[in-house]
Amino acid sequence: MKKPIYMDYSATTPVDPRVAEEMMQYLTAEGEFGNPASRSHSFGWSAEKAVEQARREVAALIGADPREVIWTSGATESDNLAIKGAAHFYHKKGKHIVTCKTEHKAVLDTCRQLEREGYEVTYLEPEENGLIDLAKLEAALRDDTILVSIMHVNNEIGVVQDLAAIGKLTRERKIIFHSDAAQSAGKVAVDVNEMNVDLMSFSAHKVYGPKGIGALYVRRKPRVRLEAQMHGGGHERGLRSGTLPTHQIVGMGEAFRLAREEMAVETDRIRHLRDRLYQGLQDMEEVYVNGDMDQRIAGNLNISFNFVEGESLIMALKDMAVSSGSACTSASLEPSYVLRALGRNDELAHSSIRFTLGRFSSEEEVDYAIKVVRDSIGRLRDLSPLWEMFKDGVDLNSVQWAAH
Amino acid sequence: MAYSDKVLDHYEHPRNVGSFDKEDASIGTGMVGAPACGDVMKLQIRVSEDGIIEDARFKTYGCGSAIASSSLVTEWVKGKTLDEAAEIKNTQIAEELALPPVKIHCSVLAEDAIKAAVTNIREKRGEISGSEGAA
Repeated sequence: MKKPIYMDYSATTPVDPRVAEEMMQYLTAEGEFGNPASRSHSFGWSAEKAVEQARREVAALIGADPREVIWTSGATESDNLAIKGAAHFYHKKGKHIVTCKTEHKAVLDTCRQLEREGYEVTYLEPEENGLIDLAKLEAALRDDTILVSIMHVNNEIGVVQDLAAIGKLTRERKIIFHSDAAQSAGKVAVDVNEMNVDLMSFSAHKVYGPKGIGALYVRRKPRVRLEAQMHGGGHERGLRSGTLPTHQIVGMGEAFRLAREEMAVETDRIRHLRDRLYQGLQDMEEVYVNGDMDQRIAGNLNISFNFVEGESLIMALKDMAVSSGSACTSASLEPSYVLRALGRNDELAHSSIRFTLGRFSSEEEVDYAIKVVRDSIGRLRDLSPLWEMFKDGVDLNSVQWAAH
Repeated sequence: MAYSDKVLDHYEHPRNVGSFDKEDASIGTGMVGAPACGDVMKLQIRVSEDGIIEDARFKTYGCGSAIASSSLVTEWVKGKTLDEAAEIKNTQIAEELALPPVKIHCSVLAEDAIKAAVTNIREKRGEISGSEGAA
């Protein structure tokens, strides 16, 4: 078993060797290095052919027409283009946008920018399990609502929103529906028509493709219009100028092709590993899973170990790459805004660890993780004054803490 | 973020972990921080009749730097008078452990914990009144 053990597949994934092999054919003089926009020679034609094949692969995974797929630099850019692009294009119809508090920062911060430009944004509170109550979403829709942006799978807690139900509400009202699907492609089925989504953001590096490439699905029927955010040579039908990075695009295409072919088998295997990890930890005292356990991607386990601070636990798990819901390391002492939005108290939000398993995770790694986590929790709880108080029957909420 | 060797040493081999009976007349207890902020430190000192700190214990909920800061001060206060212990500054702790700027608050908390423990034992010894101690 190779250490450190990687259990942070929601942060990024390694490029699949089969994907890397494909990409290498599009870089050097011996390969197809041409500019796909070059119309006057075979170098350009070959590159363009590869780009269009990749576009078909991405479209095939999500049930789209290849002409509806626009290349971007990643899901963050796709979110920006979708939300700002639609808001700017349709501002005469209305200036109201609905999203959720647990969205990725690429959506939330883009909405904040639109608020500064005079748009009004409603941030829905999710339920305690991280899912959105459709009745609350419906109640938030107004005559001047132009856009709803709800992510498919949450990056921290892995819960899967019911996009088809949301799409029904938005389509009936002719409201544009955007979804950030960076964490869902290749993990759960995506069908843009069944879900009635109009705009959908994708990333390659979460699906064993390279970093720096993503895509935006833009619906043709009924047609969705966007105002471009990147101006220049008019690539991607004028929606996103900039020379297409052929090798990145080929990598994303190959990654999405592999995902389409292997998703069913892979998901079963990963779910088995995730359940094994959970089984190995759940009998400990004061352990809480964050987010719905059923409406959840196979590889995610986000769990709070009460009375143990997340960063100290991550330090104890030094042979493992996991992430903490607590953003303590980033100079802010704020616990995860996603867990706070679920109504988790500060202690639990500070005590969370996200394990995300993936294509190269093994049973041996999971068993090692269970042992190390159990040992570390025991050791850190022996160090924890909160654990001692809990064991003595002190209600921590009744304590007057000296704020600092 | 990389931790200094000294932080790692204290984190992996914390000194003087545990608790004294806080009702004991010779024990001073200081508890500072809040779960909401992600760190709580409990520092206890055993003080001889002539005012010398004979032993210390700590428990800390917090990041590795917070654990290391409190572990370090349990070593430092032993053998000191209450006045000397109350003189320990967070900057000395931060320097000894090479804490990065985002972790300075851990050393501040450790300084606060010593001061709170010293105040608590002085109250018990009748050297200061309760209200003075709380201020």
